[in-house]
Amino acid sequence: MNSLWAVTLATLVKDIRLEWRSKDALNSMLFFSLLVVVIFVFSFDPLAEESRHIVGGLVWIAFLFAAVVALNQTWARELRNQVLDAYRVSPAPANGLFIAKAVGNFIFVCVLEALMTPLFVIFYNLHVLGPAWQLIPIALLGTWALVVNGTFFAAMSLRTRNREIMLPLLLFPVSIPAVIGMVAGTTAILTGENSAHFYIVLLLTYDVVFTTACLGLFKTILHAE
Amino acid sequence: MKKLFPILALLTAIFLIYTSYQALRVAPTDALQGDVYRIIYYHVPSAWTAFLLFFINFIASVQYLARTRASSQRTVQWVVIAIGVAGVAATFLPQVQSLLPAGMRPSAVATTVLAIPAFYFLLGWLFPGDRMDMLALTAAEVGVVFCTIVLVTGPIWARPVWGIWWAPGDIRLTSTLVLWLIYVSYLVLRRFSSSAQTQILAAALAIFGALDVPLVYLSIWFFRTQHPQPVIGGGGSMDPRMLHTLLLSWMAFLCFGFLVCWSRFRMEVLKREVEGAEAMESLAGGAATPKASLPLSRSAR
Repeated sequence: MNSLWAVTLATLVKDIRLEWRSKDALNSMLFFSLLVVVIFVFSFDPLAEESRHIVGGLVWIAFLFAAVVALNQTWARELRNQVLDAYRVSPAPANGLFIAKAVGNFIFVCVLEALMTPLFVIFYNLHVLGPAWQLIPIALLGTWALVVNGTFFAAMSLRTRNREIMLPLLLFPVSIPAVIGMVAGTTAILTGENSAHFYIVLLLTYDVVFTTACLGLFKTILHAE
Repeated sequence: MKKLFPILALLTAIFLIYTSYQALRVAPTDALQGDVYRIIYYHVPSAWTAFLLFFINFIASVQYLARTRASSQRTVQWVVIAIGVAGVAATFLPQVQSLLPAGMRPSAVATTVLAIPAFYFLLGWLFPGDRMDMLALTAAEVGVVFCTIVLVTGPIWARPVWGIWWAPGDIRLTSTLVLWLIYVSYLVLRRFSSSAQTQILAAALAIFGALDVPLVYLSIWFFRTQHPQPVIGGGGSMDPRMLHTLLLSWMAFLCFGFLVCWSRFRMEVLKREVEGAEAMESLAGGAATPKASLPLSRSAR
Protein backbone atom coordinates (compact mmCIF):
# COMPACT_ATOMS: atom_id res chain seq x y z
CA MET A 1 0.00 0.00 0.00
CA ASN A 2 2.84 2.28 0.93
CA SER A 3 4.59 1.86 -2.39
CA LEU A 4 1.33 2.53 -4.25
CA TRP A 5 1.03 5.99 -2.73
CA ALA A 6 4.76 6.66 -3.11
CA VAL A 7 4.57 5.84 -6.83
CA THR A 8 1.36 7.80 -7.27
CA LEU A 9 2.75 10.86 -5.57
CA ALA A 10 6.07 10.73 -7.39
CA THR A 11 4.42 10.42 -10.82
CA LEU A 12 1.85 13.08 -10.03
CA VAL A 13 4.46 15.57 -8.83
CA LYS A 14 6.59 14.83 -11.90
CA ASP A 15 3.66 15.38 -14.25
CA ILE A 16 2.58 18.61 -12.59
CA ARG A 17 6.15 19.90 -12.59
CA LEU A 18 6.55 19.06 -16.30
CA GLU A 19 3.25 20.75 -17.07
CA TRP A 20 4.17 23.78 -14.96
CA ARG A 21 7.39 24.23 -16.92
CA SER A 22 6.09 23.52 -20.41
CA LYS A 23 2.35 24.35 -20.08
CA ASP A 24 1.82 22.30 -23.24
CA ALA A 25 -1.46 20.61 -22.36
CA LEU A 26 -2.98 23.56 -20.55
CA ASN A 27 -2.23 26.10 -23.26
CA SER A 28 -3.54 23.95 -26.06
CA MET A 29 -6.68 23.08 -24.05
CA LEU A 30 -7.34 26.70 -23.16
CA PHE A 31 -6.94 27.97 -26.67
CA PHE A 32 -8.98 25.10 -28.06
CA SER A 33 -11.93 25.66 -25.74
CA LEU A 34 -11.71 29.41 -26.30
CA LEU A 35 -12.10 28.74 -30.02
CA VAL A 36 -15.07 26.49 -29.36
CA VAL A 37 -16.74 29.19 -27.24
CA VAL A 38 -16.18 31.86 -29.88
CA ILE A 39 -17.49 29.65 -32.68
CA PHE A 40 -20.58 28.80 -30.63
CA VAL A 41 -21.21 32.49 -29.94
CA PHE A 42 -21.05 33.26 -33.65
CA SER A 43 -23.23 30.34 -34.67
CA PHE A 44 -26.01 30.76 -32.07
CA ASP A 45 -26.07 34.36 -30.81
CA PRO A 46 -28.81 33.59 -28.27
CA LEU A 47 -30.89 35.74 -25.94
CA ALA A 48 -30.27 35.39 -22.20
CA GLU A 49 -33.41 33.31 -21.75
CA GLU A 50 -32.54 30.85 -24.53
CA SER A 51 -28.91 30.64 -23.55
CA ARG A 52 -29.83 29.18 -20.17
CA HIS A 53 -31.29 26.19 -21.96
CA ILE A 54 -28.40 25.57 -24.33
CA VAL A 55 -25.32 26.64 -22.37
CA GLY A 56 -25.27 23.44 -20.29
CA GLY A 57 -24.70 21.51 -23.50
CA LEU A 58 -22.22 23.98 -25.01
CA VAL A 59 -20.05 24.19 -21.89
CA TRP A 60 -19.68 20.45 -21.63
CA ILE A 61 -19.05 19.96 -25.33
CA ALA A 62 -16.24 22.52 -25.11
CA PHE A 63 -14.75 20.84 -22.03
CA LEU A 64 -15.16 17.37 -23.50
CA PHE A 65 -13.25 18.30 -26.65
CA ALA A 66 -10.62 20.17 -24.69
CA ALA A 67 -10.16 17.25 -22.30
CA VAL A 68 -9.47 14.97 -25.25
CA VAL A 69 -6.63 17.29 -26.28
CA ALA A 70 -5.03 16.89 -22.84
CA LEU A 71 -5.75 13.19 -22.55
CA ASN A 72 -4.04 12.48 -25.85
CA GLN A 73 -0.83 13.93 -24.47
CA THR A 74 -0.84 12.05 -21.14
CA TRP A 75 0.77 8.84 -22.23
CA ALA A 76 2.65 10.16 -25.25
CA ARG A 77 5.08 11.71 -22.77
CA GLU A 78 5.89 8.28 -21.35
CA LEU A 79 6.58 6.76 -24.75
CA ARG A 80 9.70 8.83 -25.29
CA ASN A 81 12.85 7.01 -24.10
CA GLN A 82 10.72 3.89 -23.48
CA VAL A 83 9.61 5.09 -20.04
CA LEU A 84 6.46 3.01 -20.22
CA ASP A 85 8.45 -0.14 -21.03
CA ALA A 86 10.71 0.53 -18.08
CA TYR A 87 7.62 0.97 -15.93
CA ARG A 88 6.22 -2.34 -17.15
CA VAL A 89 9.26 -4.34 -16.08
CA SER A 90 9.59 -2.55 -12.74
CA PRO A 91 7.79 -4.01 -9.70
CA ALA A 92 5.95 -0.72 -9.10
CA PRO A 93 2.15 -1.13 -8.83
CA ALA A 94 0.43 -0.37 -12.13
CA ASN A 95 -2.51 1.34 -10.46
CA GLY A 96 -0.20 3.92 -8.91
CA LEU A 97 0.69 5.12 -12.38
CA PHE A 98 -2.96 5.16 -13.40
CA ILE A 99 -4.17 7.09 -10.36
CA ALA A 100 -1.38 9.64 -10.80
CA LYS A 101 -2.21 10.17 -14.46
CA ALA A 102 -5.95 10.41 -13.81
CA VAL A 103 -5.53 12.84 -10.92
CA GLY A 104 -3.07 14.91 -12.98
CA ASN A 105 -5.55 15.16 -15.83
CA PHE A 106 -8.32 15.94 -13.36
CA ILE A 107 -6.32 18.88 -12.02
CA PHE A 108 -5.54 20.19 -15.52
CA VAL A 109 -9.16 19.98 -16.68
CA CYS A 110 -10.40 21.57 -13.44
CA VAL A 111 -7.99 24.49 -13.94
CA LEU A 112 -9.30 24.83 -17.49
CA GLU A 113 -12.90 24.85 -16.29
CA ALA A 114 -12.16 27.45 -13.62
CA LEU A 115 -10.61 29.70 -16.25
CA MET A 116 -13.22 29.14 -18.94
CA THR A 117 -16.44 29.37 -16.91
CA PRO A 118 -16.20 33.18 -16.46
CA LEU A 119 -15.85 33.49 -20.24
CA PHE A 120 -19.07 31.55 -20.77
CA VAL A 121 -20.82 33.76 -18.22
CA ILE A 122 -19.64 36.89 -20.06
CA PHE A 123 -20.38 35.71 -23.59
CA TYR A 124 -23.84 34.35 -22.81
CA ASN A 125 -25.05 36.82 -20.11
CA LEU A 126 -25.75 34.01 -17.69
CA HIS A 127 -27.73 34.38 -14.48
CA VAL A 128 -28.15 31.18 -12.54
CA LEU A 129 -31.75 30.71 -11.38
CA GLY A 130 -31.28 27.49 -9.35
CA PRO A 131 -28.94 26.72 -6.44
CA ALA A 132 -25.57 27.66 -7.95
CA TRP A 133 -23.41 25.79 -5.44
CA GLN A 134 -24.69 22.51 -6.90
CA LEU A 135 -22.73 23.29 -10.05
CA ILE A 136 -19.55 22.51 -8.11
CA PRO A 137 -20.33 18.82 -7.35
CA ILE A 138 -21.62 18.40 -10.90
CA ALA A 139 -18.44 19.89 -12.35
CA LEU A 140 -16.14 17.84 -10.12
CA LEU A 141 -17.96 14.53 -10.58
CA GLY A 142 -18.46 15.12 -14.31
CA THR A 143 -14.82 16.00 -14.84
CA TRP A 144 -13.69 12.92 -12.97
CA ALA A 145 -16.08 10.80 -15.08
CA LEU A 146 -14.51 12.12 -18.28
CA VAL A 147 -10.95 11.95 -17.04
CA VAL A 148 -10.91 8.52 -15.44
CA ASN A 149 -12.28 6.81 -18.55
CA GLY A 150 -10.27 9.10 -20.80
CA THR A 151 -6.99 8.19 -19.10
CA PHE A 152 -7.84 4.52 -19.39
CA PHE A 153 -8.83 4.69 -23.05
CA ALA A 154 -5.80 6.83 -23.85
CA ALA A 155 -3.63 4.05 -22.46
CA MET A 156 -5.62 1.62 -24.57
CA SER A 157 -5.32 3.61 -27.78
CA LEU A 158 -1.54 3.90 -27.35
CA ARG A 159 -1.20 0.54 -29.05
CA THR A 160 -3.34 1.44 -32.03
CA ARG A 161 -2.71 3.17 -35.31
CA ASN A 162 -3.96 6.80 -35.50
CA ARG A 163 -4.24 6.92 -31.74
CA GLU A 164 -5.19 10.60 -31.64
CA ILE A 165 -8.43 9.76 -33.44
CA MET A 166 -8.95 6.50 -31.59
CA LEU A 167 -9.36 8.14 -28.17
CA PRO A 168 -12.57 10.11 -28.86
CA LEU A 169 -13.99 7.16 -30.80
CA LEU A 170 -13.60 4.95 -27.73
CA LEU A 171 -14.33 7.55 -25.08
CA PHE A 172 -17.46 9.28 -26.37
CA PRO A 173 -19.84 6.29 -26.62
CA VAL A 174 -19.01 5.08 -23.12
CA SER A 175 -19.27 8.65 -21.76
CA ILE A 176 -22.82 9.22 -22.99
CA PRO A 177 -24.54 8.56 -19.61
CA ALA A 178 -22.07 10.90 -17.88
CA VAL A 179 -22.56 13.57 -20.54
CA ILE A 180 -26.35 13.28 -20.17
CA GLY A 181 -25.94 13.67 -16.41
CA MET A 182 -23.64 16.69 -16.69
CA VAL A 183 -25.66 18.50 -19.34
CA ALA A 184 -29.09 17.80 -17.84
CA GLY A 185 -27.86 18.62 -14.33
CA THR A 186 -26.26 21.91 -15.42
CA THR A 187 -29.36 22.91 -17.38
CA ALA A 188 -31.58 22.04 -14.39
CA ILE A 189 -29.54 24.36 -12.16
CA LEU A 190 -29.25 27.18 -14.70
CA THR A 191 -32.96 27.27 -15.42
CA GLY A 192 -34.00 26.41 -11.87
CA GLU A 193 -36.88 24.37 -13.26
CA ASN A 194 -36.17 21.10 -11.51
CA SER A 195 -33.82 19.52 -9.01
CA ALA A 196 -30.35 18.35 -9.98
CA HIS A 197 -30.03 15.81 -7.15
CA PHE A 198 -30.81 12.88 -9.41
CA TYR A 199 -28.01 13.83 -11.79
CA ILE A 200 -25.49 14.21 -8.99
CA VAL A 201 -26.35 10.70 -7.81
CA LEU A 202 -26.12 9.45 -11.39
CA LEU A 203 -22.67 10.98 -11.87
CA LEU A 204 -21.54 9.58 -8.53
CA THR A 205 -22.69 6.09 -9.54
CA TYR A 206 -20.98 6.43 -12.90
CA ASP A 207 -17.74 7.53 -11.22
CA VAL A 208 -17.75 4.69 -8.70
CA VAL A 209 -18.52 2.03 -11.32
CA PHE A 210 -15.94 3.16 -13.86
CA THR A 211 -13.20 4.02 -11.37
CA THR A 212 -13.50 0.47 -10.04
CA ALA A 213 -13.48 -0.97 -13.56
CA CYS A 214 -10.42 1.10 -14.56
CA LEU A 215 -8.47 0.12 -11.46
CA GLY A 216 -9.40 -3.52 -11.97
CA LEU A 217 -8.41 -3.67 -15.63
CA PHE A 218 -5.53 -1.20 -15.92
CA LYS A 219 -2.84 -3.73 -15.01
CA THR A 220 -4.05 -6.06 -17.76
CA ILE A 221 -4.02 -3.22 -20.28
CA LEU A 222 -0.57 -2.01 -19.28
CA HIS A 223 0.93 -5.47 -19.55
CA ALA A 224 -1.00 -6.54 -22.66
CA GLU A 225 1.60 -7.93 -25.01
CA MET B 1 -19.19 -30.18 -40.60
CA LYS B 2 -18.28 -28.47 -43.85
CA LYS B 3 -20.85 -30.49 -45.79
CA LEU B 4 -23.54 -29.64 -43.28
CA PHE B 5 -23.34 -25.91 -44.04
CA PRO B 6 -25.09 -25.83 -47.46
CA ILE B 7 -27.84 -28.13 -46.18
CA LEU B 8 -28.45 -25.93 -43.17
CA ALA B 9 -28.30 -22.83 -45.37
CA LEU B 10 -30.98 -24.27 -47.63
CA LEU B 11 -33.18 -25.23 -44.67
CA THR B 12 -32.78 -21.75 -43.18
CA ALA B 13 -33.69 -20.12 -46.49
CA ILE B 14 -36.86 -22.22 -46.68
CA PHE B 15 -37.63 -21.39 -43.05
CA LEU B 16 -37.13 -17.64 -43.69
CA ILE B 17 -39.42 -17.74 -46.74
CA TYR B 18 -42.05 -19.63 -44.74
CA THR B 19 -41.95 -17.11 -41.86
CA SER B 20 -42.12 -14.22 -44.34
CA TYR B 21 -45.28 -15.79 -45.75
CA GLN B 22 -46.64 -16.23 -42.23
CA ALA B 23 -45.77 -12.63 -41.33
CA LEU B 24 -47.16 -11.01 -44.45
CA ARG B 25 -50.19 -13.18 -45.23
CA VAL B 26 -51.25 -15.44 -42.38
CA ALA B 27 -50.85 -13.25 -39.27
CA PRO B 28 -53.96 -11.17 -38.52
CA THR B 29 -53.97 -7.45 -39.27
CA ASP B 30 -53.61 -5.15 -36.28
CA ALA B 31 -56.84 -3.41 -35.29
CA LEU B 32 -55.24 -0.02 -34.68
CA GLN B 33 -52.17 0.11 -36.90
CA GLY B 34 -53.34 -1.87 -39.91
CA ASP B 35 -50.76 -3.62 -42.04
CA VAL B 36 -47.93 -1.32 -40.98
CA TYR B 37 -47.47 -3.31 -37.80
CA ARG B 38 -46.17 -6.31 -39.79
CA ILE B 39 -42.69 -4.84 -39.63
CA ILE B 40 -42.70 -6.15 -36.05
CA TYR B 41 -41.81 -9.57 -37.45
CA TYR B 42 -38.49 -8.14 -38.61
CA HIS B 43 -37.89 -5.44 -36.01
CA VAL B 44 -38.36 -7.46 -32.82
CA PRO B 45 -36.56 -10.69 -33.88
CA SER B 46 -33.57 -8.62 -35.05
CA ALA B 47 -33.50 -6.83 -31.71
CA TRP B 48 -33.62 -10.07 -29.72
CA THR B 49 -30.92 -11.63 -31.90
CA ALA B 50 -28.71 -8.53 -31.60
CA PHE B 51 -29.05 -8.41 -27.80
CA LEU B 52 -28.33 -12.13 -27.56
CA LEU B 53 -25.17 -11.68 -29.64
CA PHE B 54 -24.01 -8.71 -27.57
CA PHE B 55 -24.61 -10.78 -24.46
CA ILE B 56 -22.50 -13.59 -25.93
CA ASN B 57 -19.80 -11.04 -26.75
CA PHE B 58 -19.80 -9.81 -23.14
CA ILE B 59 -19.60 -13.32 -21.69
CA ALA B 60 -16.83 -14.26 -24.14
CA SER B 61 -14.88 -11.09 -23.30
CA VAL B 62 -15.10 -11.71 -19.56
CA GLN B 63 -14.08 -15.31 -20.08
CA TYR B 64 -11.16 -14.29 -22.30
CA LEU B 65 -9.85 -11.74 -19.79
CA ALA B 66 -10.32 -14.15 -16.90
CA ARG B 67 -8.21 -16.75 -18.68
CA THR B 68 -5.12 -14.55 -18.67
CA ARG B 69 -4.47 -15.67 -15.06
CA ALA B 70 -5.46 -18.87 -13.28
CA SER B 71 -6.38 -17.07 -10.05
CA SER B 72 -8.69 -14.59 -11.77
CA GLN B 73 -10.30 -17.44 -13.68
CA ARG B 74 -11.28 -19.16 -10.46
CA THR B 75 -12.52 -15.91 -8.93
CA VAL B 76 -14.68 -15.09 -11.95
CA GLN B 77 -16.14 -18.62 -11.94
CA TRP B 78 -17.28 -18.25 -8.34
CA VAL B 79 -18.62 -14.75 -9.04
CA VAL B 80 -20.64 -16.09 -11.96
CA ILE B 81 -22.05 -18.95 -9.86
CA ALA B 82 -22.86 -16.51 -7.07
CA ILE B 83 -24.67 -14.20 -9.52
CA GLY B 84 -26.76 -17.13 -10.75
CA VAL B 85 -27.72 -18.37 -7.27
CA ALA B 86 -28.28 -14.93 -5.75
CA GLY B 87 -30.19 -13.69 -8.80
CA VAL B 88 -32.61 -16.61 -8.82
CA ALA B 89 -33.11 -16.50 -5.04
CA ALA B 90 -33.66 -12.73 -5.06
CA THR B 91 -36.46 -12.82 -7.63
CA PHE B 92 -38.61 -14.84 -5.22
CA LEU B 93 -38.24 -12.39 -2.33
CA PRO B 94 -41.32 -10.20 -1.95
CA GLN B 95 -39.18 -7.04 -1.56
CA VAL B 96 -37.49 -7.59 -4.91
CA GLN B 97 -40.73 -8.63 -6.58
CA SER B 98 -42.31 -5.31 -5.68
CA LEU B 99 -39.41 -3.54 -7.44
CA LEU B 100 -40.06 -5.31 -10.75
CA PRO B 101 -42.02 -3.35 -13.35
CA ALA B 102 -45.72 -4.18 -13.44
CA GLY B 103 -46.47 -7.32 -15.44
CA MET B 104 -42.89 -8.65 -15.44
CA ARG B 105 -42.96 -12.16 -14.05
CA PRO B 106 -40.34 -13.23 -11.48
CA SER B 107 -39.86 -16.56 -13.27
CA ALA B 108 -38.90 -14.71 -16.48
CA VAL B 109 -36.33 -12.63 -14.58
CA ALA B 110 -34.94 -15.74 -12.87
CA THR B 111 -34.53 -17.51 -16.22
CA THR B 112 -32.70 -14.50 -17.65
CA VAL B 113 -30.37 -14.38 -14.66
CA LEU B 114 -29.69 -18.10 -14.98
CA ALA B 115 -28.56 -17.52 -18.56
CA ILE B 116 -25.42 -15.79 -17.24
CA PRO B 117 -23.78 -18.84 -15.57
CA ALA B 118 -25.26 -21.18 -18.20
CA PHE B 119 -23.72 -19.25 -21.10
CA TYR B 120 -20.49 -18.68 -19.19
CA PHE B 121 -19.77 -22.34 -18.64
CA LEU B 122 -21.21 -23.53 -21.95
CA LEU B 123 -19.10 -21.09 -23.99
CA GLY B 124 -16.05 -21.78 -21.84
CA TRP B 125 -16.38 -25.46 -22.61
CA LEU B 126 -17.12 -25.02 -26.33
CA PHE B 127 -14.48 -22.41 -27.17
CA PRO B 128 -11.08 -23.14 -25.68
CA GLY B 129 -8.12 -20.74 -25.84
CA ASP B 130 -8.00 -18.15 -28.56
CA ARG B 131 -11.28 -19.31 -30.05
CA MET B 132 -13.04 -17.41 -27.26
CA ASP B 133 -11.73 -14.16 -28.69
CA MET B 134 -12.81 -15.15 -32.20
CA LEU B 135 -16.28 -15.84 -30.80
CA ALA B 136 -16.34 -12.36 -29.22
CA LEU B 137 -15.37 -10.75 -32.51
CA THR B 138 -17.92 -12.76 -34.50
CA ALA B 139 -20.73 -12.03 -32.05
CA ALA B 140 -19.94 -8.30 -32.05
CA GLU B 141 -19.83 -8.03 -35.83
CA VAL B 142 -23.02 -9.94 -36.49
CA GLY B 143 -24.67 -8.23 -33.53
CA VAL B 144 -23.91 -4.81 -35.02
CA VAL B 145 -25.55 -5.91 -38.28
CA PHE B 146 -28.74 -7.01 -36.51
CA CYS B 147 -28.71 -3.90 -34.34
CA THR B 148 -28.46 -1.79 -37.50
CA ILE B 149 -31.55 -3.56 -38.84
CA VAL B 150 -33.36 -2.66 -35.60
CA LEU B 151 -32.33 0.98 -35.84
CA VAL B 152 -33.40 1.19 -39.49
CA THR B 153 -36.74 -0.62 -39.19
CA GLY B 154 -37.61 1.24 -35.97
CA PRO B 155 -37.95 4.73 -37.53
CA ILE B 156 -39.69 3.26 -40.59
CA TRP B 157 -42.31 1.85 -38.23
CA ALA B 158 -42.39 4.88 -35.93
CA ARG B 159 -43.11 7.41 -38.67
CA PRO B 160 -46.64 6.20 -39.58
CA VAL B 161 -47.55 5.09 -36.03
CA TRP B 162 -46.09 7.81 -33.77
CA GLY B 163 -45.86 10.52 -36.41
CA ILE B 164 -42.13 11.00 -35.80
CA TRP B 165 -39.09 9.16 -37.03
CA TRP B 166 -37.25 9.23 -33.75
CA ALA B 167 -38.27 10.01 -30.17
CA PRO B 168 -35.27 11.77 -28.59
CA GLY B 169 -34.71 10.79 -24.99
CA ASP B 170 -36.78 7.63 -25.23
CA ILE B 171 -35.27 5.03 -22.95
CA ARG B 172 -35.33 2.06 -25.34
CA LEU B 173 -34.37 3.98 -28.45
CA THR B 174 -31.49 5.76 -26.76
CA SER B 175 -30.12 2.67 -25.05
CA THR B 176 -30.21 0.69 -28.28
CA LEU B 177 -28.46 3.51 -30.12
CA VAL B 178 -25.78 3.80 -27.44
CA LEU B 179 -25.30 0.03 -27.50
CA TRP B 180 -24.83 0.22 -31.26
CA LEU B 181 -22.33 3.09 -30.89
CA ILE B 182 -20.34 1.18 -28.28
CA TYR B 183 -20.10 -1.90 -30.44
CA VAL B 184 -19.15 0.10 -33.52
CA SER B 185 -16.33 1.64 -31.49
CA TYR B 186 -15.41 -1.90 -30.43
CA LEU B 187 -15.12 -2.93 -34.07
CA VAL B 188 -13.13 0.22 -34.89
CA LEU B 189 -10.71 -0.62 -32.09
CA ARG B 190 -10.27 -4.12 -33.42
CA ARG B 191 -9.59 -2.76 -36.86
CA PHE B 192 -7.05 -0.13 -35.87
CA SER B 193 -5.16 -2.05 -33.25
CA SER B 194 -2.03 -4.02 -34.01
CA SER B 195 -2.72 -7.72 -33.82
CA ALA B 196 -0.83 -8.82 -30.73
CA GLN B 197 -2.72 -6.93 -28.00
CA THR B 198 -6.01 -6.25 -29.75
CA GLN B 199 -7.78 -9.13 -28.08
CA ILE B 200 -7.17 -8.01 -24.53
CA LEU B 201 -7.91 -4.35 -25.32
CA ALA B 202 -11.12 -5.27 -27.09
CA ALA B 203 -12.22 -7.53 -24.25
CA ALA B 204 -11.67 -4.68 -21.78
CA LEU B 205 -13.69 -2.32 -23.96
CA ALA B 206 -16.53 -4.85 -24.17
CA ILE B 207 -16.69 -4.94 -20.37
CA PHE B 208 -16.79 -1.13 -20.25
CA GLY B 209 -19.61 -1.18 -22.78
CA ALA B 210 -21.58 -3.71 -20.76
CA LEU B 211 -21.17 -1.61 -17.61
CA ASP B 212 -22.38 1.40 -19.55
CA VAL B 213 -25.74 0.01 -20.62
CA PRO B 214 -27.40 0.00 -17.15
CA LEU B 215 -26.11 3.54 -16.61
CA VAL B 216 -27.62 4.68 -19.90
CA TYR B 217 -30.89 3.21 -18.67
CA LEU B 218 -30.54 5.05 -15.36
CA SER B 219 -29.57 8.34 -16.99
CA ILE B 220 -32.80 8.58 -18.95
CA TRP B 221 -34.98 7.18 -16.22
CA PHE B 222 -37.04 10.36 -16.02
CA PHE B 223 -37.94 10.48 -19.66
CA ARG B 224 -41.23 8.94 -20.70
CA THR B 225 -41.02 5.96 -22.99
CA GLN B 226 -43.07 5.84 -26.14
CA HIS B 227 -41.92 2.35 -26.97
CA PRO B 228 -44.29 -0.49 -26.02
CA GLN B 229 -43.43 -2.84 -23.16
CA PRO B 230 -41.64 -6.14 -23.87
CA VAL B 231 -43.87 -8.77 -25.43
CA ILE B 232 -42.54 -11.69 -23.41
CA GLY B 233 -42.09 -11.48 -19.65
CA GLY B 234 -43.18 -7.86 -19.75
CA GLY B 235 -46.57 -6.26 -19.41
CA GLY B 236 -47.49 -6.35 -23.09
CA SER B 237 -50.26 -8.53 -24.42
CA MET B 238 -50.57 -9.90 -27.91
CA ASP B 239 -52.87 -11.99 -30.03
CA PRO B 240 -51.64 -15.63 -29.73
CA ARG B 241 -51.51 -15.97 -33.53
CA MET B 242 -49.30 -12.88 -33.75
CA LEU B 243 -47.08 -14.17 -30.94
CA HIS B 244 -46.80 -17.51 -32.68
CA THR B 245 -45.64 -15.84 -35.92
CA LEU B 246 -43.29 -13.59 -33.98
CA LEU B 247 -41.62 -16.52 -32.25
CA LEU B 248 -41.37 -18.45 -35.53
CA SER B 249 -39.81 -15.40 -37.08
CA TRP B 250 -37.32 -15.15 -34.24
CA MET B 251 -36.39 -18.82 -34.69
CA ALA B 252 -35.74 -18.16 -38.37
CA PHE B 253 -33.62 -15.09 -37.56
CA LEU B 254 -31.70 -17.10 -34.97
CA CYS B 255 -30.96 -19.82 -37.53
CA PHE B 256 -29.87 -17.19 -40.01
CA GLY B 257 -27.73 -15.41 -37.39
CA PHE B 258 -26.17 -18.72 -36.37
CA LEU B 259 -25.22 -19.52 -39.97
CA VAL B 260 -23.69 -16.09 -40.53
CA CYS B 261 -21.77 -16.37 -37.27
CA TRP B 262 -20.58 -19.82 -38.19
CA SER B 263 -19.16 -18.79 -41.55
CA ARG B 264 -17.65 -15.61 -40.05
CA PHE B 265 -16.06 -17.72 -37.33
CA ARG B 266 -14.60 -20.14 -39.88
CA MET B 267 -13.21 -17.19 -41.80
CA GLU B 268 -11.54 -15.82 -38.68
CA VAL B 269 -10.02 -19.22 -37.87
CA LEU B 270 -8.58 -19.48 -41.39
CA LYS B 271 -7.35 -15.88 -41.30
CA ARG B 272 -5.45 -16.48 -38.08
CA GLU B 273 -4.01 -19.73 -39.42
CA VAL B 274 -2.74 -17.85 -42.47
CA GLU B 275 -1.29 -15.07 -40.31
CA GLY B 276 0.40 -17.62 -38.07
CA ALA B 277 1.83 -19.44 -41.06
CA GLU B 278 3.09 -16.21 -42.57
CA ALA B 279 4.73 -15.24 -39.30
CA MET B 280 6.41 -18.64 -39.06
CA GLU B 281 7.56 -18.33 -42.63
CA SER B 282 9.16 -14.93 -42.11
CA LEU B 283 10.78 -16.28 -38.94
CA ALA B 284 12.24 -19.17 -40.91
CA GLY B 285 13.86 -16.60 -43.17
CA GLY B 286 13.72 -15.83 -46.85
CA ALA B 287 16.34 -18.50 -47.56
CA ALA B 288 13.78 -21.27 -47.57
CA THR B 289 12.37 -21.98 -50.99
CA PRO B 290 8.61 -21.43 -51.43
CA LYS B 291 8.02 -25.14 -52.04
CA ALA B 292 9.65 -26.15 -48.80
CA SER B 293 7.72 -23.60 -46.76
CA LEU B 294 4.58 -24.15 -44.73
CA PRO B 295 1.52 -25.61 -46.44
CA LEU B 296 -0.69 -22.52 -46.16
CA SER B 297 1.81 -20.11 -47.64
CA ARG B 298 0.57 -20.52 -51.18
CA SER B 299 -3.07 -19.82 -50.46
CA ALA B 300 -2.01 -16.84 -48.39
CA ARG B 301 -0.54 -15.04 -51.40
